[in-house]
Formats: sequence, C-alpha cells, structure tokens
Amino acid sequence: MRAIRPKTRSHAREHIVTIDNDSAPRIMFYGENFMCEDLPVGTRVIYPKRPMTGVANPKATIRYALNHPEDSEPLHAMLKPGMKVTIAVDDISMPLPIMRTPDVRQLVLEIVCEMLADHGVDDVHIIIALGLHRRMHDWEIKRMVGERIWNEYWPDRLYNHDGCDPDGMVVLGHTPHGEIVEMNRRPAESDLTIYVNLNYVPMNGGSKSMAVGLCGYESLKAHHTPKSIVASNSFMDPPKSALSHSFKRQGELVEKTLKVFHIETVLNNRCFDGPLGFLMKNEDDFTETDRLKFQGMKWALDKLPFAARREIFMRQPAAFELIGCYAGSCEPTHDRTLAKQNEQNCVEVDGPADILLMGIPYISPYNVNSKALNPLLVQVMALGYFYHMYRNQPILRDGGVLILTHPCSDKFDPVHHPSYIEFFNRVLTETTDSYAIEQKYQDELAYNPSYIEMYRRGNAYHGAHPCFMWYWGQRGREKTSRVIVVGADNATVPAIMGWETASSIAEAIAMARGTMGRSAQITMLHHPPYMISDVM
Amino acid sequence: MTTQPKYKNSAAFYDVDGTLIKINIVHTFAYYASRHASLAQSAQRTIKTALSIPMFWAADKLSRKWFNEIFYRSYEGASEDRLVVLAEELFEDVVKPNIYPRARDLIEESRRAGCRQVLLSGALDFTMRPLARYLGVDDLIANQLEFVDSYATGKLKKPFVAGATKADIMRAYAKQHDIDLGESWAYSDSFSDYAMLAVVGHPTACNPDLRLRSMARSYDWPILDLDEAPNRSASRRPQGLAPVRRLRNAPGTGKAD
Repeated sequence: MRAIRPKTRSHAREHIVTIDNDSAPRIMFYGENFMCEDLPVGTRVIYPKRPMTGVANPKATIRYALNHPEDSEPLHAMLKPGMKVTIAVDDISMPLPIMRTPDVRQLVLEIVCEMLADHGVDDVHIIIALGLHRRMHDWEIKRMVGERIWNEYWPDRLYNHDGCDPDGMVVLGHTPHGEIVEMNRRPAESDLTIYVNLNYVPMNGGSKSMAVGLCGYESLKAHHTPKSIVASNSFMDPPKSALSHSFKRQGELVEKTLKVFHIETVLNNRCFDGPLGFLMKNEDDFTETDRLKFQGMKWALDKLPFAARREIFMRQPAAFELIGCYAGSCEPTHDRTLAKQNEQNCVEVDGPADILLMGIPYISPYNVNSKALNPLLVQVMALGYFYHMYRNQPILRDGGVLILTHPCSDKFDPVHHPSYIEFFNRVLTETTDSYAIEQKYQDELAYNPSYIEMYRRGNAYHGAHPCFMWYWGQRGREKTSRVIVVGADNATVPAIMGWETASSIAEAIAMARGTMGRSAQITMLHHPPYMISDVM
Repeated sequence: MTTQPKYKNSAAFYDVDGTLIKINIVHTFAYYASRHASLAQSAQRTIKTALSIPMFWAADKLSRKWFNEIFYRSYEGASEDRLVVLAEELFEDVVKPNIYPRARDLIEESRRAGCRQVLLSGALDFTMRPLARYLGVDDLIANQLEFVDSYATGKLKKPFVAGATKADIMRAYAKQHDIDLGESWAYSDSFSDYAMLAVVGHPTACNPDLRLRSMARSYDWPILDLDEAPNRSASRRPQGLAPVRRLRNAPGTGKAD
C-alpha cells in the first residue's frame, strides 16, 4: 500500500477533486475494513460538504419550532386537558452511524412530553414508527429516548409499531389511485398525533412519516413495487420520485383524516470525529498523525476477525449535531426541512460519470446493531441508496459501469434478517426478475406465519422486506450496463446478484473501460458521510 | 382490521416437548411417579425414576425408538383411570406454567394464515389432550399406551410417533385431509425430528438444540426462539449496558409483560 502524501491545493471547490500525478491514494470503505488505492489521473472524486455548525442551543431551537410552526397553530394551542395524544417517533434506521446520546429524538420527546403534562394531557402513547422494519430492542429504545422517557412510559405507553396486528390496525381509506391506506389504530383514534422525525435523507419525512412509519403490509406494497422504483428519478429528488408521489397521496389522506403535528429535525453530516475524524478529510490534506492513524487502524483491521472489526465500528456513535428543527403541518414543514438538508448535503457536479466508483461501508439503514451487512443490503446500498444520491440527472449515465468495493460475504443475521436468508438462497437463485418476484414470491414471504411471528414478537424484518430491498435496486440494475465488485471473498454471492468480480480497483477500471472506452469519465463518491450530487 | 386466511390446504405440525413447552416426557413421568397413594411408594418411584435418567439419556442419544421402548416400560401396571385423571392436574401444575411465552402467539399467527393446526408428539396422548384443548389445535397425534383390562402393559401402540415415522404420519395425514405438504410448516426443537422438518416446504427450527441449529443454518431454515418474551432481548445486548430486568423493575416502569 502506498503512503498517503500531503498536498497543497486550492479550496475553491474543495468537494470536487481531480486526481493528478502526485495525488494521494484514496480511502474507500470495504465493509468492515478499508481499501486504499491510487486512482487513474483525471478521476473526479466527490467529497461531501464540510459539516455545518450545529445550533448553539438545540432545546431552544426545538422549543422555537414548536411555538412558531409552519402553517399551523403552535403545539401548546392544540392541547386540551384530557385529550388523547399519540407521539410517533422514527426508529434507529437513521441516522447512520447511530448518533451519540442524547439522541435528538430524546430532546424533542422530553420537551413535547413536558408540554403535554403541563397542559393536563395524560393519555399519551409513544409509538416507534418502524413500518415493516424490525422491532427495536428494548435497550435500543432506552438509548434513543433517554432515561426519563423510558422510566415514565416503557413498556405500556412506549412500544414498537406492529403492522401485522389485526386488532391494532385500521383502514383509513383509498387514495384516488386505489392505494389502500392502513394506519395504526392508536393514532387513528387519537385527538392529536405528533410525529417526531429525524430527517437524514430527502426521501424520508413529510408524508412518508405517517403513511409508511405506521402502516401495514397492504399499504406498503402499494408503492414498494419495481414499477414505482424504476419510475423514481431519483429517490432523493422527491418531485421526480414516483415513490414520493405515492407517499404523498397516502399522506394527504392521512392528513385529511387525522390531526397531525409534524416535528422534523435536520442533522449535519459529522459521521466521524475524534480518532476517526481523518475519515472525513480529503486524503491530500492528511497530516502525519492522520496517516499514522490510518495505517495503524488498517493494520489492526487486517489482523482482527470479522466480528471484532464489526464491533469496533458499531461502537463508534457519530457526533451529529442539530442544524435545524421545523414543525407544523406536513408539507410546509417538510419543505423547510428539505431546504436545510440540501444545503448540507447537495454538491454541485458537472455532468454524469461513465464509470462510478464507490466504497460500501459496514452499515445501512437496515443493519444497525446486526451481525453483518448481508449481500442483499450491499446491493441496496450500491444500487438503491448510493446510485440514487443525485438530483437533476443521474450521477452515473445510463449504460455506465458501477464499481463497488465490498467483500460480499455470505453472512446473514438470522435474528434480524431471517426471511432475507430464504430470499437470497431460494428466490434469487430461481429468478432475479423483480417483476416475477413481486408476482410469485412476495406474498408468500409476507404471509408466512413464522416470519410474521418473528416480526411481531421477535426482532426480525417483515417477511416481504427482502423483496422490497431487491426492488430498491431495480432502477440501478436497469440503468447500468455492468456492476463490478472489487475484493469479493467468494464468487457465488456476486454471481447470484448478476455482478462481475475484480481483484483490484485497477482491474475493475480496466474492465469498465472495456465497455465505456479509454476516455471514459471516472468518478468516485467519497463515502461516508453521504452526499447528493446535483448533476448539471 | 380483519384479514382473510392466505392458505387453504396447508397445515402446521408442531413437535411439543422442547418446542412449545419447556419440559419433556421424563418430567411427566416423574410427576406420575411422585403422585402415589402412599408416601413410601411415591418416594420409591421418584428415586427409581431419578436413577433411570442416565439410562434414558443414553437410550435417547442412540435411538428415539429404543428410548420409547425402555421409557414407557416404566408405566407398566398403571391404571388407565388414574393416568387420565392425573393428566388434568399434570397440565395445570406442570405443563401450563412451562409453555413457552410465544407458543400460543405462533399458533395464533399460523391459524390466522389459514393453516390447520396439528400437534405431533412422542408424548402420551392423554397427557397431551389438555394442552391441545388449551392451545385450540385442530388435531393431536401422539403415542398411545397399550392397556389390557384398563392397566398399562408398558408398551406403546404402533406406529411409534418418533423420528422418521413422524414424516410418514404427516404424509398420511396430508393425504387424508387434502393438505399440500409443500405449503405446510413444521416446527421442532430437536435434530431427531429432521425427517418431520424435511418433509414440509417451510421447516422452522424452534428453540433448537445445537445439532438442529447448525443444520438449520446450513439449510437456511428460519430459527425461532419462542422462549424470548417480546420486549426483552438480552441476547443482543451490548456489553456495558444494564440488564433489562433491572431496567424493567426500575420505579415507574409499569407492569411486567
């Protein structure tokens, strides 16, 4: 491995770096490890913007938002003694990595619950709005909501949403497009629902909060289809996302039927700091200490077993800071949230790439505290999330080649992802066609009583969740000509997913150039933290 | 919100001992042994049972069929009336407190999906009947003791419900009730029930022993832990965090589930 050398350069557009002869090698996540390789001269490396400064007083910011809401009366004015209130709160699938305590959701909940108590509102339930995600473990909930809320509400008035509870779900109606809208019974029968959102990507929040966070399978399958995924250009650009349009239709019905007060929070992108702070830096700016830290860490990671490496990363909570909090009615609140979020995450990029290079980290929204990033989730990170991290036009041109770095080990967490195991080994080996899977296998997995039991009372993702994960990558699969994975530790997993393998980035680039030509434009996305490319 | 059953010709077959309840047939026999008219006889039978445990264990490791033959010999001479009457007490005192917390939920989910519910147990039928009634299952298939003049001979009626025979029984049952085994479920905790699991389209290992757990992982069968109560997941707790029990007993935490 070559040493990383310091380099002096202009800071005019610090988030776009073009590799030249004396550029340092670039660090890419490779699962629970790193790859550090030289990239060809002319390669464009896109870095996230620097973290915005967090608000000086998060609690004051939250209180201000509650008292000065968007297109709504203040929260305190909506409260009456004796009323029935439900607070729905996002689960820990975001932010990534998990944030340091106090979690911003804890801050919001403490303020809201105090306000409710001050106004004589005692009938309050807090529901973790996890949709068809896995139930959060008790200790995860305690960490997220903090000791005060935990002691006061758990377990009778603080619990996980259950989208498969036949007595706990109601149908609110159908959208004009025929999409069924199911809802958790408690908010449906409440006088007021307060949704506490932590917005980390533009796809989340807004109408999606209520329509997905508290829905059941029948509602979700209305929009989590290969067709709507392919028609989303991209997930991170809500006006151009068919998925978001469907959320909006369902959300509008929810807002018409129920009284909902939305609270949305925006974080900066400070994923790593302290000993791992160098990962947020441009490699050309590394100091001697940074280089030593990286080399030391890489040496240790190379020697450690997989489980130990994973533990090291999962025990590093991120130092995210609150940069904005907005409250009020759904759409106006979400518009302000998106504006703030885009200010932090959008990076202007000139034109799409022919070859896109990305490192896949150890974490995704669906494997927080899990034992592995399983192959389906690697696929979701590459072709679902990172491929879709653009606005205007795709960061990878249609027909381009995607190169990713990950070991793609055949490792699954049987507690969190039991149906993923069957999906990957049985369904995907029979067909990789999303449309066929939707017709033939999705309901079978969804209605499997073993998986329903594991979802409702264990800590498993819903039986149909792996199908949705496969559809999530459908647009990426259709629009790329080749996907090449670098450093796979086996040939089977990439082959099942229809991917090619290469032993090094240089080899992968040579293969990609075979399709895209010698003059192909190569771009690397420097993750994490993530950024959204505003492709001009 | 009511949902329509999704499966019409499916069944769910459950092994019982270790799968739905924490105890096994030796506990059952020990209960009978300790409930004799005289104290001396109860003590004598209990000691004899305790001393036989290593032999039962060894026989079970070698062959479930041998185990059954040796084990059920212990019932020789018992009166049928007494066994049936004590079975109700046995259920209330021993079986019911040892039903796994999530066993009834699993059966309820399966019933809601439209599956026919069948208990398939190597235990004796009269000891299983109160449990079957309690769980509300459709059918019970269990071993039957042979009685002559209302006294047990210590032999089982054939076929023995154990090992590969369970798979044969399931095939026959499926034929009789027009069940599609490919669309059916089987639940067991033991490697000895491999045949029972392998004959259906959706095998599930429940609270599995080491060998079955390993096999389930190799064959990509789901592994279900019915012993872990909802809202308590100590298995995934990172080190350094307080145990759940303490959290749950903290002031203001409300009632335990």
